[in-house]
Amino acid sequence: MNPTPVVELEGVRKVFDGGTVALDGVTLTVYEGEFFSLLGPSGCGKTTLLRILGGFEVPDAGTVRIAGVDVREVPPYRRPVNTVFQNYALFPHMTVFDNIAFGLRMRRRPPAEVRRKVGWAMELVQIEGLSARRPHELSGGQKQRVALARALVNEPRVLLLDEPLGALDLKLRKQLQIELMRLQMELGTTFVYVTHDQEEALVMSDRMAVMQNGRLEQVGLPEELYERPKTAFVARFLGRSNLIEAHAVAPDRAETPFGPLRVSGGLTPGRRYLLGIRPEKLRLAREPWNRANTVTARVKEIVYTGAENQYILEARGGELVAYTLNADISEPGYEEYDYGETVHVHLPPENLVVIDEPIGDEPRPPAP
Amino acid sequence: MNRSATSRARRLLELLLTVGPGALWLLIFMLIPALLMLEASFLQRGPYGRLVGPFTLANYLRFFGLTPEGFDPLYLGILWRSAVFAAGVTAITLLLGYPLAFAIATSRRKETLLLLVVLPFWTNFLIRIYAWIVIFQRHGVVNAALGALGLGPLPLYPSWFAVYVATVYTYLPFLVLPVYTAVERIDWTLLEAAQDLGAGRVRGFLHAVLPQTLPGVVAGVLLVFVPALGTFVISDLLGAGRVILIGNVIQQQFGVVRDWAFGSAAAYVLMALVLLGLWGYARVAGEEGLDRLV
Repeated sequence: MNPTPVVELEGVRKVFDGGTVALDGVTLTVYEGEFFSLLGPSGCGKTTLLRILGGFEVPDAGTVRIAGVDVREVPPYRRPVNTVFQNYALFPHMTVFDNIAFGLRMRRRPPAEVRRKVGWAMELVQIEGLSARRPHELSGGQKQRVALARALVNEPRVLLLDEPLGALDLKLRKQLQIELMRLQMELGTTFVYVTHDQEEALVMSDRMAVMQNGRLEQVGLPEELYERPKTAFVARFLGRSNLIEAHAVAPDRAETPFGPLRVSGGLTPGRRYLLGIRPEKLRLAREPWNRANTVTARVKEIVYTGAENQYILEARGGELVAYTLNADISEPGYEEYDYGETVHVHLPPENLVVIDEPIGDEPRPPAP
Repeated sequence: MNRSATSRARRLLELLLTVGPGALWLLIFMLIPALLMLEASFLQRGPYGRLVGPFTLANYLRFFGLTPEGFDPLYLGILWRSAVFAAGVTAITLLLGYPLAFAIATSRRKETLLLLVVLPFWTNFLIRIYAWIVIFQRHGVVNAALGALGLGPLPLYPSWFAVYVATVYTYLPFLVLPVYTAVERIDWTLLEAAQDLGAGRVRGFLHAVLPQTLPGVVAGVLLVFVPALGTFVISDLLGAGRVILIGNVIQQQFGVVRDWAFGSAAAYVLMALVLLGLWGYARVAGEEGLDRLV
C-alpha cells in the first residue's frame, strides 16, 4: 500500500513585516487519510503553516501543493480544504443551519442537497435539534461542533484545525479528542491539527511534527518522537526528560557528571553529546543495584500527582527526575521513598537516548 | 431587617447621585417645556401672539389641511418634501460616509484621519454654513473656477443644491463615527471563514463583513435622518427663503409669525412621526435591534 501525498511543502519560508521569521524552510509531506499534528510552543510558526495551507498567508519562498496542485496562486475560496478556526468564527447573525449550509450555498448546491447534507453533518457531530439556534445561544462545546460540521459538510480533501479545543475545559476537551479521532477514522479525511498541547498530539495523531522557531524539529510517529527525540527541544517539549551532558569515550560509553554511563551504541569517541532519559524509565531501589549505570542520590522533593509519584533526586552530578507508579506498595518494585532518603538509581542503557546536536546555546523551551 | 433597610436607603442614595442630576436636567429643560408645548398646541393665538383658550384641535386640523375652506395640503406637502429631503441627504451621506469610515478604520493613520473628520466641530456651525455661501455665491470660488474654464456662472446660491451639499457636509461625521466604531470592531476571522467556505471578495463582504457593520449604519442613519428632517438653519441660510422645510415652518411660527400654538402643533406632528419611525424600526429589528443602536 503506497500512501498518497495530499499536502506537500517544500522549503516554505515566511517572513512577516518587521522581520519576524515565522517559517524558516519547512519541508513536509502529509499523506491521504492521516491525522497529522503540528505541535509547538506559541510563536513557533504552526499557525502560520496552517494559514498558508488555508490560503490566508502567501509564502515568501518554497512551494505548497495540495492534492498535487501548486496552490500558490489559488485563493482560499478555491482550495479543497476547510478550516476549523481557533475561536470557531461562526457567523453570529446566522442560525446553526445557515452556518453549516454556508459553504454549500456558496457553491450553489440545490436546496434539497443542502438540507440533506446539513442534516448529515449535524448528525455526524451530534447537534441534531439545534438548527434554529444562534451561535450566542450555544455552549462552547456546541459551538465547536457547529464549526466542525460547517467545515466537514463541504467534504474537504484536508481539514485544517487550529487549536480547536483550546478554549474548552479539560473534561470536554478529552471527550472531544475521542470524538474527533472517531470522526477522522469514520470519514477518512486528512486532518492537519495544530496544538500546543503535547498530550493531545500524542493521543490523537497518526504522525506529528514538533516545531520551534519556524522549523520542524522532528517529524514522525508519536512514540518515535517520545521515545527517540532527536533534539533536546523535542525531548523537553514532549513530556519531561533528564538531559545529561556526556563526553564519549567509546562507541557505547561516555563520561558524565554522574560518572561513566553505558549506552546502546552509536557514539563517536571524543565528541560531546546529550543523553536523555525519561523520568519513568529510571529505576529506583533501596538496595544497591550491582550493575553499571547506577547513581546514588538523595530524595530532595516529592510531588504527588495521584497516579504517580514524582521524585526530584539530588546526586553528586546534578538533579534527576524520576516517576514511579503509585501502585500497591506491598508489591516488589513499587516502593515509596521519603524526603532525605538515599536511593539507588539505575539508568538502563537501552533507555538512554543519544541526542546528537551542539550543546550549550540551546534556548530553554517554555514550561509545558 | 434593619440592615436591609439601610442597604435600600443606600441604594436609593446611589441612584439619586448617579441618575438624579441627569434626570433633573431632563425634567427641567425637556419634559416641562415639552408639556408646556403640548398644552400650547391645543390653545389659540391671541392678540400680540399671546396664547389664549379655549382648548381646540384647530392647529392640528390646520396642519393636516382640514380648514373650514376645504382641504389644503400646504403643510403636508412641506412635511413630505422635508421627508424626501432628509431621506436624500441620508442616502448621499451613507454613500459617502460608509466607504470613508471603512477606509479610515482600516488605515494606518486612523487617528489622524478621524481627527480630520471631527475637526469641523471646532469651528462655529454658523460660520461653516456662511462659508458655503461664500463658496457658492455668484462671484464665489466655484463660479470663479468655472468662469476661468469659460463656463457658468451657475445659480448655485441660493438653491436646493446648496442646501443638500451643506446638510450632507454637516451631518457626515454623525454617520462616519458610528460606522467607524462598527468597522473597528469587525471580527475579520469571519471574513476568512467565509472565504474558506467558498465566498469570493464580494460575497465574503456581503455575508461576513456588512452584517457586522449594520448596527453602526442604523445608528448613523438615524443620527443623520432625524436632525436633517428638522433642520431649518441650513435651509434658511443657503435657501435664502426659497427652500422651505418643516423646520422652517416651525421656526417661523415661533419667530416672525408669533403663532406658538400652531408652531407647537407642527412640532408635535414632526416628533410623533420620528417616534413612530423608531417604533417601527424596533418592531422590525426586535428589541435587541434598539439595544444594538447604543
